[in-house]
Amino acid sequence: MFFHEAYAGVLPIAATDAAVSWNALYDFLIWISIFFFVLVVGAMIYFAVKYRNRPGHKAVYETGSHLLEAIWIGVPTVLLLIIFGWGYHVYREMKQAPSDAYEIKVVGKQWLWTFLYDNGTTTVGELYVPVNKPVKLLMTSQDVLHGFFIPNFRVKQDVVPGMYSSVWFEATVPGKHQVFCTEYCGTSHSGMLAQVIALEDKDWNDWLRGKKIAIDKIPNANRDPNEVSAADTTTVSQAAATSAPVSLVDQGKVIYNKMACATCHSTDGATKAGPTFKGLFGSKVTLTDGTVVTADENYIRESIELPNAKIVKGYAPQMPTFKGLINENDMTAVISFIKAQK
Amino acid sequence: MSNHSATGVVHGDNYLNHTPGIWSWLTTLDHKRIGVMYLFTVLSFFFVGGVFALLIRMSLFYSGHHFIDANTYNKFFTYHGAIMVFLVIIPAIPAALGNFLVPIMVGAKDVAFPRLNLFSYYIYCAGAIFATAALFMRGADTGWTFYTPYSIQTSTTVILVLTGAFIAGFSSILTGLNFIVTVHKLRAPGMSWSRLPLFIWAIYATSIIQVLATPVLAITLMLLILERVVGIGIFDPALGGDPILFQHFFWFYSHPAVYIMILPAMGIISEVIPVFSRKPIFGYKAIAYSSFGIALIAFIVWGHHMFVSGQSELANFVFSLITMFVAIPTGVKTFSWVWTMARGSIHFNAPMLYAFGFIELFTIGGLTGVFLATLAIDVHLTQTYFVVAHFHYVMVGGTLMGLLAGLHFWFPKMWGKMYDEKASVIASTLIILGFNVTFFPQFILGLQGMPRRYWDYLPEFQTLNQVSTVGSWLIGAGFLYTAWYLGKALMSGEKAPSNPWQSTTLEWQTSSPPPFENFLETPIVSHWAYEYLPEGGVPQNAPANPATA
Repeated sequence: MFFHEAYAGVLPIAATDAAVSWNALYDFLIWISIFFFVLVVGAMIYFAVKYRNRPGHKAVYETGSHLLEAIWIGVPTVLLLIIFGWGYHVYREMKQAPSDAYEIKVVGKQWLWTFLYDNGTTTVGELYVPVNKPVKLLMTSQDVLHGFFIPNFRVKQDVVPGMYSSVWFEATVPGKHQVFCTEYCGTSHSGMLAQVIALEDKDWNDWLRGKKIAIDKIPNANRDPNEVSAADTTTVSQAAATSAPVSLVDQGKVIYNKMACATCHSTDGATKAGPTFKGLFGSKVTLTDGTVVTADENYIRESIELPNAKIVKGYAPQMPTFKGLINENDMTAVISFIKAQK
Repeated sequence: MSNHSATGVVHGDNYLNHTPGIWSWLTTLDHKRIGVMYLFTVLSFFFVGGVFALLIRMSLFYSGHHFIDANTYNKFFTYHGAIMVFLVIIPAIPAALGNFLVPIMVGAKDVAFPRLNLFSYYIYCAGAIFATAALFMRGADTGWTFYTPYSIQTSTTVILVLTGAFIAGFSSILTGLNFIVTVHKLRAPGMSWSRLPLFIWAIYATSIIQVLATPVLAITLMLLILERVVGIGIFDPALGGDPILFQHFFWFYSHPAVYIMILPAMGIISEVIPVFSRKPIFGYKAIAYSSFGIALIAFIVWGHHMFVSGQSELANFVFSLITMFVAIPTGVKTFSWVWTMARGSIHFNAPMLYAFGFIELFTIGGLTGVFLATLAIDVHLTQTYFVVAHFHYVMVGGTLMGLLAGLHFWFPKMWGKMYDEKASVIASTLIILGFNVTFFPQFILGLQGMPRRYWDYLPEFQTLNQVSTVGSWLIGAGFLYTAWYLGKALMSGEKAPSNPWQSTTLEWQTSSPPPFENFLETPIVSHWAYEYLPEGGVPQNAPANPATA
């Protein structure tokens, strides 16, 4: 359809079956809306021109018509009930997780997402899932409300402290899918992003067994809808198979981005929610109680594991602890990276 | 009317010059002067809220580069929302135009409780002072919705804003009460309910919502203040409270509040279209009852703001179903307005241009509302720019277009001056065009997934954000121009006749500006509000004629 072509680029790709159902309902709503918009605004313009005030033209006296009123009450009522029923039907499809869905736990906190897998693996900012298998996320928040939103899957759910909420999906397109936080959560709300990394069966099993994946090389599923085809699957697999040795600082840079340090700590001197890393190492840091400490390796390590132990003057005590989320190798790498930010 | 015999009235005496001096204004009990004071106060806050809107849009011009930092941005969108909702659109039409017009249109000398009316104005000012005081302290960064537990934890001075909204709420309740009693008790002889102008029906329905729903907001805000100050543990999950409960309480008021904002604007459109079509309103009863239909449904759809909040699927089912029915009375009004124009004699004066703008924008706002009422569709679209665009099309496209139509319609009546009609054509074009350029791209951004309340965004969203920002400059220019030509008209406008638009309702049957106590003689009403015969309109207070009765 011509029209469908015209707005195909407007919507994100439909990377689940539920998203395909969503698109069909959306199409229906768009057509209905265009019909009524043209009807109302078209009639308004037509009447304004045809019955414009001019010499010799007089208005008629008319106060109403029960027939017309019955039509413009009856027709919309029927259409609205159809829309409601269809909307609820697709909603059920989006909400009812199959009983065999693979479950992953999600914890949101200001301002990062952590994902906990049954085998004990924990990731930050990257949610690894298999394609063509139902996945259920069991989510909670450590502090305030967050919203977990994957546009390509058309799923969204608030993440609430003190309770669990869930979403489920079955990704049909491998690659990266953007995740946004949609419930306003403070300073770095717009930086609270993540990626779904949808992997083919074999790569998924390799990843579960601890194989490293070159995350930079995995294509964005949304980047070009025409290219997301069988050809791309191999790209994801190839990327998954890539692993070249990298320097300690570069490894640290990966951790810096992956653990969402970048959300609050810049490397160019810009002030974000936390102090910049530029020129941090070896500098004298003034704390809220007025004491001055030197930013050495142990200071940085403590700030990562026990962020509230020493608060830099001018900043709020709001960083979550990374204890247990970051292993010794990664800790060493990220400290090397911070050291390199001169 | 002994004190207003024809000889007793000084020539040119009107409510503006009836008593001199600023003190006579500050202590006035005249509903018209109170309406004018509300109008200027509300317009001042509209300017402040508008500046914040322009700053927000400026900051969003580039992805990755922002001239204000994240904390400042979060405060600015909070100020923009809170000021525009609590201090501008809720009071704009009822408190400013409603105060000026309700007594005159029902044929009364004043509202039922003039002292209470003045008190309401000062309560509103007190609320506004509290809310704006926060701007000069540590601000507020919760968004106008104050969602818990963030609003409990933030270090900003959110209590001041909450207190301000709490206080301003009482102004809204008392104004609503005043109008309800005025419409019931002070209608002129012969002004039966079925002869009332539809603006009065709309204000009456609005007043009922104000009186019934605002107390719930007051309780909610009070509980939130207590939660912050003493930690009562109602909303804070750390103390065993439920943050979603806050959303239920908040929207139980704030959804009906949406209709407090839009119903009076619909009332204005129902006045403007028949006058400038020189034809009776089509379906008077249907429009009047649909105001009540909307007011009633308003109370039972709050949960549609919470489809992804974690409330039960059953609740979502029920709220989605009921919300669909909002579209029916809204559709009835829209179709009736358009049909009123059919076979009329259309005059393209400024109020009518804004009525056209209203229909165009409100139709888009209404239709996109159906998208959001549809459960599955809402899951993807809620909390994105689609919602931002939708409620701006309804609130700005609806309420602001209604307000602008009303301001231009009643300007000659309020000031006794005419404005430059050519200037109003340019300004309305700028505003309506600018509005579409600003907000239509936001629908697409939302469909693509861009969340709202984002200080920074992904590079692929940049082009549409830039288009939107350019649109905001057009709106800004349109409003500055409007302020200029209306200001000029106030100073040196041509003298307005008492009924420049040949309208039938009572406010046009007295002089412009109206005298103190509105009418020299109590009007006797013999006709309904829309007796537009092909040969001309019949004023409501014209003597009854057996041929047309």
